[in-house]
Amino acid sequence: MTLALEFDFEVVTRFLFNSQIWHGARVTLQVAVLAQIIGVALGGGFALLRISRNPFAKVFSGFYVWFFRGTPALLQLFILYFGIPQLFNDQTLTNELTKYRAAIIAFGINEGAYMTEIVRAGILSVEAGQMDAAKSLGMTQMQAMRRVILPQALRVVVPPTGNEFIAMLKNTSIASAIGLVELLQASRLIYAVNFKIMELLVVAAIWYLAFVTIFSVLQAELERALAIGERERPETLFSRVIAIMGGRRGI
Amino acid sequence: MPSFGAVIARRERILRGGGDKRMHRVPATCADRTPYNNPTMNPQPMLRCIDVHKRYGKLEVLRGITMNVERGEVVVVIGPSGSGKSTLLRCINHLERLDSGHIYVDGELVGYRQRDGRLIEDSEPEIARKRAAIGMVFQRFNLFPHLTALGNVIEAPMRVKKTPRREAEERGRGLLARVGLSEKVDEYPSRLSGGQQQRVAIARALAMQPKLMLFDEPTSALDPELVGEVLDVIKSLAADGMTMIVVTHEMGFAREVARRAVFMDSGFIVEEGSPADLMSAPQHERTRLFLSRIL
Repeated sequence: MTLALEFDFEVVTRFLFNSQIWHGARVTLQVAVLAQIIGVALGGGFALLRISRNPFAKVFSGFYVWFFRGTPALLQLFILYFGIPQLFNDQTLTNELTKYRAAIIAFGINEGAYMTEIVRAGILSVEAGQMDAAKSLGMTQMQAMRRVILPQALRVVVPPTGNEFIAMLKNTSIASAIGLVELLQASRLIYAVNFKIMELLVVAAIWYLAFVTIFSVLQAELERALAIGERERPETLFSRVIAIMGGRRGI
Repeated sequence: MPSFGAVIARRERILRGGGDKRMHRVPATCADRTPYNNPTMNPQPMLRCIDVHKRYGKLEVLRGITMNVERGEVVVVIGPSGSGKSTLLRCINHLERLDSGHIYVDGELVGYRQRDGRLIEDSEPEIARKRAAIGMVFQRFNLFPHLTALGNVIEAPMRVKKTPRREAEERGRGLLARVGLSEKVDEYPSRLSGGQQQRVAIARALAMQPKLMLFDEPTSALDPELVGEVLDVIKSLAADGMTMIVVTHEMGFAREVARRAVFMDSGFIVEEGSPADLMSAPQHERTRLFLSRIL
């Protein structure tokens, strides 16, 4: 048996900046960013409900997390895109709920459940003495939360949120199941025609890796910015470059 | 370094002449103090605790505390750990709810209002308003680590009293100078020693112009050589007439500053008297035993 490797690098370079691929990459990025924003907003809100003293708010938030963490994202996407329009049988809803919007909303709500737990953990990580100190100065619960607790919680929340976002970038490929032409679906549409399967999958992989790399660098910068007041702030790519340039100028 | 009296005088001028209506939410007595409390103008005690009970689950931490603190008086509270000293302080500014009893600060019931002889917990903003008049300094400082020393001091005046930033900063610098930290205004707490952090915490509490200051073992978390600098600040506050309750194990300090020492054990006030008397001639066996261990 002979092993025939038919891999054409030229195809990879040609399709890397192909307009269909580029369009798919943009859709992936947009869906991931918007869904993550929705997720962070929902997570912040539900986390506050979950730690509040109101038992109804607690149960409501607990139910949300339980349901959306407990069912697959694909199922939730199908419910939103296929199930709900049929249930309401409303033409405007069907028209307005495009694949793109359905993906953003479904992934956003799904992400919110995970973010609820992350934000809650962040708030709980702040020493109880901080709330005592804020209250003893006459701040209300809300003022203390906003000015004292959340800024400190943010430091704990950012690393797992970065993780979530990276997962989100890749999980947007799930939306190919409702026919959204995102990065993976775009490459599949192309290899369905030219049969250069491996080459186009590599193209998609390169784009995913590029996005993830860029966001990892940005996350490190954000973490450094948030480490204000810490004795040792983490080094990042930019901080090292600046230090080296500053050092040379010094000589 | 401006004297503390000068800082207070300036603060009072600002308070009287301040055009900002919101400034008038400042407790009225703030402007009447010379420099802090004038006993002749108001004979009512600064603090009245009446039969205060507090339990955590089955554990009864306070079992009927009754005590008064006069205006300008410094009271030291001593006692073994778990005797309820910290809980008493936390109840005074309503960081803990009471199970029964009353606490009045400057004649005002803290944390509750009375209706048909029953106590009803105040609304949250109302609790916050009453707390603002009571300063508290914690054993573990509890500075806000994401804010500079000055940021820590001006946060509450700006958010709670709506003092304009420039004014708050000017006063904040004055207060930091007052505790000997003019050089550290822009440092973050992580870059300050324990003694410096605690002095910032004292300045932070003073920034709200409290009527009453509560110190919860302010030097217990400090290295021995840093204790003095914090006690000196507290002493100078006492000299300025600030009403204070200090939970401490520093007996020398108690003897020097406090008019009265209170010995607590297992939720009761066992005995009280002048620090010198309490230390040299304790009436109760429990007090004797405790003192023999720490002196």
